[in-house]
Amino acid sequence: MTEPDKVLLTLQVNGTSHEVAVEARRTLADTLRHDLELTGTHVACEHGVCGACTVLVDGDPARSCLMFAPQAEGSDVRTVESLAGDDGTMSDLQCAFSANHGLQCGFCTPGFLMLAEGFLAEHPDADREEIREVVSSNLCRCTGYQTIVDSIQDCAERRRDAKETSA
Amino acid sequence: MKPPPFTYHRARDVAGAADLVAELGEDAKFLAGGQSLIPMMNFRLARPEHLIDIGGLRELSFVDAGPEALRVGSLTTHRTVETADLGTGFDVVREAMRWIGHLPIRTRGTVGGSLAHADATAEWCLLAVLLDAEIVVAGAGGRRRTIAAGDAFLGFYTTLLADDELIVEVVFGRPAPHAAVTEFAERKGDFAVVSAAVDLDVGSGAVAGGRVALGGVGPAVVRVPEAERVLQAGGRACRDLFEACADAAAQAVDPPADGDAGTEYRRALVRNLVIRACEEAVAR
Amino acid sequence: MTSEVATGDRANEPGFRADGTWIGAAVSRKEDPRLLTGEARFVDDIHLPRMLHAAFVRSTVASGHITSVDLSRVLEVPGVVAAFTAEDLDLGDITPRLDRPPEEHTETSMPILARDRVRFVGEPVAVVLAEDPYAAEDGIEAADVTYDVTPPVLSEEQALTPGANAVHDEAPGNVLLDVSMFASDGIDDVFAEAPCVVHVRARAGRQNALPLETRGVVAGWDARAQQLLVQTCTQVPHQVRTVLAGSLGMSESTVRVLVPDMGGGFGIKCVVGREEIAVAAAATRAGRPVKWIEDRKDALSASFLAREQRYEARAAFDETGRILGLDVDVLCDMGAYSCYPFTVGIEPLMASSEMPGVYRVPAYRVRGRAIATNKAPTAPYRGVSRPQHVMVMERLVERAARELGLDALEVRRRNLITVFPYTGINNVTYDPGSYLESLNLCERVLADEGWYGTQRSVAEQGRVLGIGYACFNERTGYGSDAFAKRKMQAVPGFDLSEVRMDTSGTVVVTTGTMSHGQSHETTMAQIVADKLGLPVDKVKIQQGDTDRVTYGWGSFGSRSITIGGTAVALAAGNLGGKLLDLGAHLLETRRDNVELADEGVQQRDDHDRRLSYQDIADVAYLRSHLLPKEAEPGLQASASFDGVGDGTFSNAAHGVVVELHRDTGRVEILRYVCVEDCGVAINPQVVDGQARGGIAQGIAGALFEKVTYDENGEPSAASFLDYKVPTACEIPDVAMHHIETPCLFTDNGAKGAGEGGTIGAPAAVLNAVNDALRPAGVELNDTPITPQQVFDALTGALEVAP
Repeated sequence: MTEPDKVLLTLQVNGTSHEVAVEARRTLADTLRHDLELTGTHVACEHGVCGACTVLVDGDPARSCLMFAPQAEGSDVRTVESLAGDDGTMSDLQCAFSANHGLQCGFCTPGFLMLAEGFLAEHPDADREEIREVVSSNLCRCTGYQTIVDSIQDCAERRRDAKETSA
Repeated sequence: MKPPPFTYHRARDVAGAADLVAELGEDAKFLAGGQSLIPMMNFRLARPEHLIDIGGLRELSFVDAGPEALRVGSLTTHRTVETADLGTGFDVVREAMRWIGHLPIRTRGTVGGSLAHADATAEWCLLAVLLDAEIVVAGAGGRRRTIAAGDAFLGFYTTLLADDELIVEVVFGRPAPHAAVTEFAERKGDFAVVSAAVDLDVGSGAVAGGRVALGGVGPAVVRVPEAERVLQAGGRACRDLFEACADAAAQAVDPPADGDAGTEYRRALVRNLVIRACEEAVAR
Repeated sequence: MTSEVATGDRANEPGFRADGTWIGAAVSRKEDPRLLTGEARFVDDIHLPRMLHAAFVRSTVASGHITSVDLSRVLEVPGVVAAFTAEDLDLGDITPRLDRPPEEHTETSMPILARDRVRFVGEPVAVVLAEDPYAAEDGIEAADVTYDVTPPVLSEEQALTPGANAVHDEAPGNVLLDVSMFASDGIDDVFAEAPCVVHVRARAGRQNALPLETRGVVAGWDARAQQLLVQTCTQVPHQVRTVLAGSLGMSESTVRVLVPDMGGGFGIKCVVGREEIAVAAAATRAGRPVKWIEDRKDALSASFLAREQRYEARAAFDETGRILGLDVDVLCDMGAYSCYPFTVGIEPLMASSEMPGVYRVPAYRVRGRAIATNKAPTAPYRGVSRPQHVMVMERLVERAARELGLDALEVRRRNLITVFPYTGINNVTYDPGSYLESLNLCERVLADEGWYGTQRSVAEQGRVLGIGYACFNERTGYGSDAFAKRKMQAVPGFDLSEVRMDTSGTVVVTTGTMSHGQSHETTMAQIVADKLGLPVDKVKIQQGDTDRVTYGWGSFGSRSITIGGTAVALAAGNLGGKLLDLGAHLLETRRDNVELADEGVQQRDDHDRRLSYQDIADVAYLRSHLLPKEAEPGLQASASFDGVGDGTFSNAAHGVVVELHRDTGRVEILRYVCVEDCGVAINPQVVDGQARGGIAQGIAGALFEKVTYDENGEPSAASFLDYKVPTACEIPDVAMHHIETPCLFTDNGAKGAGEGGTIGAPAAVLNAVNDALRPAGVELNDTPITPQQVFDALTGALEVAP
């Protein structure tokens, strides 16, 4: 067996450009976690079902375990680390998860946050059933999902209220 | 569950991709969205030595809802189709997208990847077969040909595509204003146990023909001529006709038994899903 | 409870209840910010210099003798650094023990790596270390292991067939445990003479507890501490230390087990696994730290599994529906190995002891057996046997109601224990609960919502609705005596807590329990905050570090708040006593004239005369010459607590409305109501979360999840495509209602709340499905119920029960 080749990549993650040399087979999830040390993205099935590794790729929620790192070159990747403000202030979505007890062990949570972040950006008017359908994209073993749906719905409603108030 | 090593190639254009795959031989595979291939590689059930990433071929990502036909580029994602203007008569295509996995799969998975993977319950295969789509493929040396969807799916994950061919686009030449796709799976987003699709020719409350396609009843999606003959014979667009069509479909197939479902249960699902699809189709 | 603390005007603080306590308030979780921002640290987030990555060569056969292990090609794989077999590592086995005679229990051992025999597909045979996990996986593919394959034992029938292959030579009949805990005199006569005898034969499918975070460990020698540092996600850090030290032949002081953030456990992580020990041993051999993260395929097939049981149960009733007797044979398929510290007795002994549940049962006979099969071993899983035996008990009650033409809720009411304390036929004394009240409230909620009317009206349209209930209790806070009754040799009863206040007046409290999602950093801080009159953010909980926590039994069996929570309360109370002693001395007043208030000690007769905790700590640490002569410097205290008597029983009633889809057989849950009583809820939001999450897992067991094997013992549900964890579209919203019957012996009245949801859901769902199937004349008793079974039942393609 020969040493697997490495590829040199430039990845745009959370607004920062990173150069990494990795094996082409390295998944985006592993690259984010172990090469860029952004360990907020979690890995729990490596076959695209559980959604713990969900990140935004060009704004769309995507499974980072189902992308090889080279496929992300040229795309804008966002992870859970991008949600809070520079001063560490949590975003409205993160606050809504805490207020609604939308997490217990928290392992699946970054995936749900990025799923919701991408979804609400495109569907700010989503109703509870639409939110539930999107929440069904990822697995959670602790909450029974209800409070995750509550959290996202709460965030969406607050955003709509804020928009109305400012209008 | 880490994938085996491979050499990564990034395609610059369609012709180059086809030529490269021809040069590398059977150990090379195209990588589009990767939503089927990568899980298989992570389980080490697929181990191509070379992957040719065609994801950057922007010219293959388009939806062209023209007056004559709906053309969808092979690298168009399910999500793009789900949110695009598909023109009149193709609502069934958009609505079928919601049966494909979940949102984060649909944002990456592609039309061409799904057709080439040819799962026996794949929604794109079902649509292509139902609507008599044409699949345009490119081969090495600038070769191009068109495959009728009805001929494309040969069996278990097997298509008529040659090793050096990649799908360029799929062309739906006939609007289907009264068509519907429906499925049954135990969980939201699962591969269907059985899927059914119908495309009815409806005029002034009567059915004058139609097409019926099924997934999950054999190694590949199929059309069901026996059921279509019932529709061809025609009649009022009512439950009786749909039941007759569904019965014919159920009798025509001999579905496999597996852990999820036995043969007779699947047959019953065929019947009930064909009825449901007919009712949804005629309600459009 | 909090009488020593005056609340002052703190009542207006966020999260602080109007009555002046943190206990009972939905305090924001201290865990949340790091988990929400990606700053939490789970095992796989740990990176150490020169760290290697492990993967395991695993058996490809279910049963056989290893004839050769050749790792030479493994070492040629790029990136691979080392590979070890059982012989190379030479480790001691894991041997769980019970104080039971050989005719009741056969002791077996689990080697860390398989030596001569393999007993299930996925059993670890060798460990490969590489520079990254990709190379490690390349490495295991290059291993060459040959087996002399023997026919596998994959079911109860195969295991008990005379002459069957023995999974363990020590147990030729494959029965590892056979205990008849109770057999009332004259019970055969009771059944012979009873006007109504009903039978239930039920099977519960094999399940996976399935924390989203799989198992994992990072282990390496810390030269400065002269310790093997083992960072692993376990519910029982001290037990891991004990077994690991024993297996490696080290003293416990040279092993430090440190638990990072944990992504769930649900029981699968409350036993000691072999991989964490193999990795620790390999790390010492390689002289480099080693990480192992279980992948999902292994987690689904080669980890600890749970739940597979078969019941033959019958119950005798009089004409009015009163239970006269209960006769149960429960057989638990424990797989290939006994688990430490709970042993193969965990499920059969739980069923034997707890089966009568919330009902008055005058005569009882039970036989509980554990059998060995060539499947991955089992561990406790949330609820431990109760999801299954409550399901069987509730099915028996429903069957009797049908036989007698009575309302099933009325039959329950006639049998529920209503006078407490109550000592049952199972020699267990139940503390006060709200069995009847919970059931009545649950029924009233569904009735008020109109579901009975809906059920009738939609039936006319051909729709099939069913309404079902489950009524149960859950023993929580098992103490040493309660476990000793089951004759466990490791008796995981007590908990210890140590509390320290520093010079800034903030406290650190240790607990021997181990949160893996249950919010203990918050709830235990609430308990301590009330004891000391502190805000919760000035209380830090320390857990999961064997160097900092003297000893603990971890978290399982809904013990954390009852036992651990009381231990921290008592320790905090002891510190409060010291603060009062010192405060009185420094204020130069009588001891009975001081109280704790607003982060300080004040005089009862003059609140202006007060010392802040900082003032007192300043003396205790920095100016100890001012201390009274008899006082030791510093501000620290400790306490221990053990469960009292038979522990405390939480209880609940679940009510479910299902619709059966005629065209597909799908079971859709239209409504789920849970009335729970876990005594005083420390944090009601957390209690609701525990119940809802538990219910989701119970529904999963009732309708979706099943570990399956082919005829060779090859796992056939080793991906999330086949092992069907339900999503948000299958799990309904759950309406929560609460009744509070405080525990009389825990410090704050709390009972355990971790498992109840999982326990009640299968019974309630099954009863609802069977209610819907009543017109079809079919009853389903095996879980998971599949759409095909429901479809067949609705279309008359199933044989009529029972």
